[in-house]
Amino acid sequence: MIRLRALDRKMLRELWRLRGQLLSIGLVVATAVTTLVTMRGTYEALVRARGEYYRDYRLADVWSSLERAPNSLESRLENIAGVADVETRVTWYATLDLPWLEAPGQGLFVSVPESGRAEVDDIMVRIGRYVRPGRANEVMVSEAFFLANGLVLGDTIRAVLNGVRRDMEVVGAAISPTHSYSVPPGALYPDDERYGLFWMSEAVLGPNLDMEDGFNEVAVTLAPGANEVAVIRELDRILDPYGGLGAYGREDQLSYKILNDELESNRTMGTAFPMVFLGVAAFLLNLVLGRLISTQRTEIGSLKAIGYTNREVGLHFLSYSVAAVGLGTLLGALGGVWAGDAMVGQYEEYFKLPTLQYRLSWSLVLIGGGISLLAAVLGGSGAVRRATRLAPAEAMRPEPPARFAPGIVERAGVGEVVSTGTRLILRNLERRPVRAALSSLGVAFSVAILVIGMFMFDGIDLMMDLQFRVAQREDLTVAFNRELGIDVRHELARVPGVTSVEPFVMIPARLRSGHREREIPITGLEVDGRLRRIVSEDGRVHPLPMSGLVLSRMLADRLDVSRGDTVTVVALTGLRQTELYPVTDIVDDLLGVAAYLNVNELRRLTREGLRASGAFLLTDGVRDEDVNAELKRAPAVASVVSPATMLESFQDQLDDSLLIAVFFIVGFASVISVAVIYNGTRIALSERGRELASLRVLGFTRREVATLLFGEQAVITIFAIPIGWGIGYGLAYLVVQALASETYRIPLVVSMQTYTWTTAITLVAAAASAALVRRRLDRMDLIAVLKTRE
Amino acid sequence: MSPEVVVRARNLSKVYEMGEVEVRALRDVDLDLYSGELAVLLGASGSGKSTLLNIVGGLDRPTSGTLHYHDRDLSEADDEELTMYRRRHVGFVFQLYNLIPSLTARENVSLVSEIASNPMTPEEALTLVGLGDRLDHFPAQLSGGEQQRVAIARAVTKQPDVLLCDEPTGALDAETGKLVLGVIDQVNRETGTTTAIITHNVAIGGLGDRVIRMSSGEIADITINEKRADLAGISW
Ligand SMILES: Nc1ncnc2c1ncn2[C@@H]1O[C@H](COP(=O)(O)OP(=O)(O)OP(=O)(O)O)[C@@H](O)[C@H]1O
Ligand SMILES: [Mg+2]
Repeated sequence: MIRLRALDRKMLRELWRLRGQLLSIGLVVATAVTTLVTMRGTYEALVRARGEYYRDYRLADVWSSLERAPNSLESRLENIAGVADVETRVTWYATLDLPWLEAPGQGLFVSVPESGRAEVDDIMVRIGRYVRPGRANEVMVSEAFFLANGLVLGDTIRAVLNGVRRDMEVVGAAISPTHSYSVPPGALYPDDERYGLFWMSEAVLGPNLDMEDGFNEVAVTLAPGANEVAVIRELDRILDPYGGLGAYGREDQLSYKILNDELESNRTMGTAFPMVFLGVAAFLLNLVLGRLISTQRTEIGSLKAIGYTNREVGLHFLSYSVAAVGLGTLLGALGGVWAGDAMVGQYEEYFKLPTLQYRLSWSLVLIGGGISLLAAVLGGSGAVRRATRLAPAEAMRPEPPARFAPGIVERAGVGEVVSTGTRLILRNLERRPVRAALSSLGVAFSVAILVIGMFMFDGIDLMMDLQFRVAQREDLTVAFNRELGIDVRHELARVPGVTSVEPFVMIPARLRSGHREREIPITGLEVDGRLRRIVSEDGRVHPLPMSGLVLSRMLADRLDVSRGDTVTVVALTGLRQTELYPVTDIVDDLLGVAAYLNVNELRRLTREGLRASGAFLLTDGVRDEDVNAELKRAPAVASVVSPATMLESFQDQLDDSLLIAVFFIVGFASVISVAVIYNGTRIALSERGRELASLRVLGFTRREVATLLFGEQAVITIFAIPIGWGIGYGLAYLVVQALASETYRIPLVVSMQTYTWTTAITLVAAAASAALVRRRLDRMDLIAVLKTRE
Repeated sequence: MSPEVVVRARNLSKVYEMGEVEVRALRDVDLDLYSGELAVLLGASGSGKSTLLNIVGGLDRPTSGTLHYHDRDLSEADDEELTMYRRRHVGFVFQLYNLIPSLTARENVSLVSEIASNPMTPEEALTLVGLGDRLDHFPAQLSGGEQQRVAIARAVTKQPDVLLCDEPTGALDAETGKLVLGVIDQVNRETGTTTAIITHNVAIGGLGDRVIRMSSGEIADITINEKRADLAGISW
């Protein structure tokens, strides 16, 4: 049997006695470690899986679309310095006839090699099989479309390819890194029911589209060390005579960019949140362990008096820190395994990265545990040092109250109107103002964490409201599969049920300012348009100017232009005119990035007459089904999107991932509140146990004594709430800044509801902590407390 | 030949500063403790007895003055040296006992015997003070006097060179008080431990080789007993 030294036994017993407090501190560490291990670990898993996906399916580095070039051009492209592999293909938008849907669907048809696999931009068949050579009617569809429509292998899909109806047999469902994010043209978000990818053998697709021996899209990979800019320039030069629409790198490729943005914000969240949590945990460890050890002052003095060295005493009391942090880190790692799996499981559906898998990162566990331990040891050793610095003769005596003079509150005359109990509470707070302030700050952090967890719902609500009720006021957005004459507005207006029509023009363009440039479609709106408006995050509607560009703030920043600067615009269609435009207005909008121009000016740029790429419609809300059916029959209609549907799919997408985050955050904040308040009360109980027991003996009721003990914590909590709101607002600002991406920017708003919830949760946590200590107070053995001298 | 001086204090002063008020707990006190003697400190409450003994035992530092243990100058000793002085040479019975509440009587004594070079066992020490049957009781389960006796067992267990007792019988009845004084007397006689006892009980003065009277932070007078009284003859 191991013989324990008396000091070690004391340690074990004390750890057991303080188990509730140490556990509550440990849980703070656990949550911080779990957050770090889960969020940062998930990010690392995503990055790993993305790398593998791109490598295994050979995502291209540079793409370009063009009107048509002969296959013989391919060898010239292969010879461009820095190009490793070249894949040429045919892509084409076609209308889908989906009898089970009200509105017509749309498909992006992409050719794939008939035998073998694409050298660049390969696809991964997940269900069924690859198309077989010589089978003219086989097609593979995107998995999302396949699932959203409940297709089974062997189903027939009818599409209108180049004016001809064709029935095709679905033989497989696939995913591809090139199209990991696929949105219908003109839409902001995926619409998997009505829009999908269709991969067909090039031997079949080309001839169907008058593209035999030709291609209209090229994708290349770069050799190691190649200069992307030079390759892009060379591609543009070679493809220009063939109607090249401008080559672009991954940074401008939608799927890559979206995934990259997602990972960026994931990285931001996965770094910022754990850092905030670890910081708060460190603060609390420092505070609570410091206070806990301060209560052991007389014991520290006694141990020193009988000959124990500072080192021995210090190590003994640091066991509190080590135990709490060790336990917390262990729980945190376990929690991380569980939560990481769950989180990655959530993302699996969303990101569709084939090799995505969560792995517990021990280095993250060590970082989290290490930071916590450092904070705990610093907090603990600070308190030990304060006690050992005293001569044992002094340390052994109970600490005298700081001062005896009446405090500010009492001098202000409040003392006369409040009860003795209240006066005792106030006096205690006033005697140790720093300690009370730090405790308040601890609780305030939990309030702040609640605020940053919940305000996002407010921001997203506002964003939705602005986007779909103020900016996009149309009931339907119709996109044509080619430019139509302006007369189409009258045709649309004649559709029964349509009450208002506003055509728009959208053309691909390149915006340039100095050496910065960006490819983006320019939207041409009518000056007096009422359906689609330009709205900034403060809800203000920006009128479209007669001349000049209106840019999203994000785009303006990227081009480094401000109001009044001039931007060069190159149209990437038609005669590819170049024109200079002043930036007339910059909007802090919330969704996507856009460039707007007066539709007439845009038409002048393209040297085209009055044409339209699509139209915004208002319906009477009664005959919507008829409107849909009518539009579906029109061969020129590429897509019909309803903002209401987009709103839904967007909310679905966000709510799932946010809910998990909020679950975490509320849990963590509660753990912090409980840790601060429970420990604060327990420590107050141990410091003032004798005093409270004496009061009980003198005839005070349990309730009165409890009021004395909890009153102090109540004041601390009440002060903490507004401070927490303030800190939370500041943190929310940082979160909003960090999360801002081209896809969306969450506006900084905190609703009354959020303030109410954070307050409610904090008060519940405080009440729960008080209830835990109340039991202990009620069971307090008066005799034992009074009998032992400390 | 005069006996060897174990502890030599010169011009000890202790001033407690409390805001505007200054408390002069000791004023220029000179004190020698001789090898093997038993000195009894008497004096009114607040006269500075505990303060003096605390400084002699290395628990506190004087505001001014010097302290030597044999040839060692402890006046300028740092915390580490004072700790070693207490650990190797001093046994202390504190006026407020200062037992560790989470340790049993036996463990409270072990706490000291484990870091001493030539200790008696905790059981021996506790049996000496009449607590052989209370080994595994926690302080909260002991009476005030029993706690005081555990404190005494803790002081004598290491067989210290200097044994300093601050009111070792304050909470005890006459019978138990005699038992405890007997233990201290026995340790002093048998091992030649230099011993100092603070008491309010004038009768105990007869037990010592010398009686030191303190008043208002000063040593008022020192009486040398020709012969130490027998414990049996003392009553209070
Ligand atoms: N930490 C302190 N701060 C301020 N004054 C102190 C402190 N400790 C002791 N005193 C004062 O110093 C004086 C001497 O105290 P000391 O404890 O030495 O008295 P004592 O002779 O042991 O009394 P008693 O017999 O009551 O134990 C007293 O007036 C006391 O109030
Ligand atoms: Mg005293």
